[in-house]
Amino acid sequence: MRSKNPKQSGASLIFRLAARNLFQDKLRFIATIIGIVFSIVLVTVQLGLFLGFQTMVTTMIDHAPADLWVVSRGTKCFEDPSQLDKRDRAKALAVPDVTGAVPVIIGFTEWTVPNGGTTPVFMVGSDDGGLRPWNVVEGNVASLSEPNAVAIDRSYFERLGIRAIGDSTLIRDRKVVVTAVTKGIRSFTTTPYVFTPLDRAQTYIGASPNNISYLLVHVARGADIARVRNRLRDKLAKTEVLTPDEFRKRSQTFWLFGTGAGAALFGGALLGAIVGTVIVAQTLYSSTKDHLTEFATLRAMGSSGLYIHKVIICQALLSAVIGFGLAACVGLAIVRLTADSALPVVMTPALTAGLFLLTVVMCIASATSAIVQVMRIDPARVFKS
Amino acid sequence: MSEAVIEAEGVVKRLGSGAGQVQALRGVNLKVASGELTLLMGPSGSGKTTLLSVLGCMLTPTKGTVRILGQSTARLWPGALAKLRRDHIGFVFQAYHLFPTLNAIDNVRLALDVRGERGAEAIARANAALDSVGLSARKRAFPRELSGGEQQRVAIARAIVGNPSAILADEPTGALDSENGLAVMGILADIARDPSRGVLVVTHDPRTTRFADRIVYIEDGCIVGEEKGEARREQGASPATRPAPLRFGNTLARF
Repeated sequence: MRSKNPKQSGASLIFRLAARNLFQDKLRFIATIIGIVFSIVLVTVQLGLFLGFQTMVTTMIDHAPADLWVVSRGTKCFEDPSQLDKRDRAKALAVPDVTGAVPVIIGFTEWTVPNGGTTPVFMVGSDDGGLRPWNVVEGNVASLSEPNAVAIDRSYFERLGIRAIGDSTLIRDRKVVVTAVTKGIRSFTTTPYVFTPLDRAQTYIGASPNNISYLLVHVARGADIARVRNRLRDKLAKTEVLTPDEFRKRSQTFWLFGTGAGAALFGGALLGAIVGTVIVAQTLYSSTKDHLTEFATLRAMGSSGLYIHKVIICQALLSAVIGFGLAACVGLAIVRLTADSALPVVMTPALTAGLFLLTVVMCIASATSAIVQVMRIDPARVFKS
Repeated sequence: MSEAVIEAEGVVKRLGSGAGQVQALRGVNLKVASGELTLLMGPSGSGKTTLLSVLGCMLTPTKGTVRILGQSTARLWPGALAKLRRDHIGFVFQAYHLFPTLNAIDNVRLALDVRGERGAEAIARANAALDSVGLSARKRAFPRELSGGEQQRVAIARAIVGNPSAILADEPTGALDSENGLAVMGILADIARDPSRGVLVVTHDPRTTRFADRIVYIEDGCIVGEEKGEARREQGASPATRPAPLRFGNTLARF
């Protein structure tokens, strides 16, 4: 094989040596890259699921138009079915600078599938100014004021036995008609959300008209939210008043760490990183072992330790860049494939940058064993072989 | 007058430890003088390679002193010894030890690259070194495309490109046929014509004595004899007045 470019580059030979050492044994190179891709894809999926989960568990809080949330004391997350007294609404409205306090009720109930059987659904009941469906792609939110009207997500049509807008069925033996269809409102619990006005939701859930789950408090523009919050706390016993950020963090903490889901995802990511490090370390070690005489020759020629380190680290970095490039492509494909699923894998620029950094660190850490091996070479071995 | 580029004084080297310890060198005194090609001859196991390793700063002597251009190597840390090798010693090995993934010119450039010498000047020097060993037409060839003699010539070009004071060659003709062996020795003898550079060749090969200015015999780790080589006897005492023994001499003057 001859050099394709007859003109010599005056650049250091470190990169050339590293690249050719790496590519010389193609099978080993492919094994290294597969190892890195496998490892990084595993880490990507785990961390992407973590990010997706983090977003999914707060989707209702993110879409609720509230400056403050009044929740029952000890509420762990949005799906926590603890109850408030609806009379708290009047007390909240009496607080200065509170311009609105919209009740929301949530709860599980049974949806009768038209062609047989029932399936659990998660009711979200609220009126104007409260938690209403978004991304409505058929019908409209106003139609929910019609008798028995509900909104569901298109992705659950099959599961709920619905073929089109206008179809009807029963919830707890009461008639419901689908008058609005949303796109992308999916629950990580896989239980479909069903939106309807407050009073109807109370009926469907079987809750008393005095029972609600949350109050979404609207504060006058320019008012001091902290002061309003303190006043609400004073007025409302057995409740907590949270900002949306606080409620979001509480929900995320519960679902990600309280349930162990986050630890499992992080554990998977850590495992991926370890597997990747071991695979790259093993292949770099064996590649270095195959080139020991060359490294000994370098040492005999008086090359510094740093020069040799650079060759090995350059090999590791090349593996990292190529492996990460392929892993990123696979990761993007997974992101696209899972975009419409109940738990999408999410990739953000920060995660991508972090994964690249992880790949580089993993590959450089893997180079350590090879470097140690090379630094132990007796340069005099060049006379023996 | 020739100066010692490498000098060993009372060098003892023990290898191994405990019951398996071997005294490979027993008080060796040797000078590698500039402007001379010295042959180091001796039977297998006599300590030739150990002595070469000690003189090349790859092994430290158990006792005694090694001086490179008058500087003692005692108490130097490995990095400083590596620098001495890099700056003052070129090596030629029996097995060539070329980098199979680099072409001839890159193999030669490597000796400059490890010294941090890069760019157009390094390329020009590598080209000139290959020209000087008669490989102008094979600069882009990879080691597997070269014959054994050509590979050894690339190794010699690599050894001289950094303009070292001493060339240490370990059985440079050992893997070559007669014609190529003589050609390689001719090049080494040419290199030794430079009054600032000394060449030490470890060899078993009796055909090489015609190129030697001096032959040193070693046995059981001791220098047991020394004589003038045929080249010195034929050409008189002054190496500078010797004619070029083979055809590669003309371009060596640049180094």
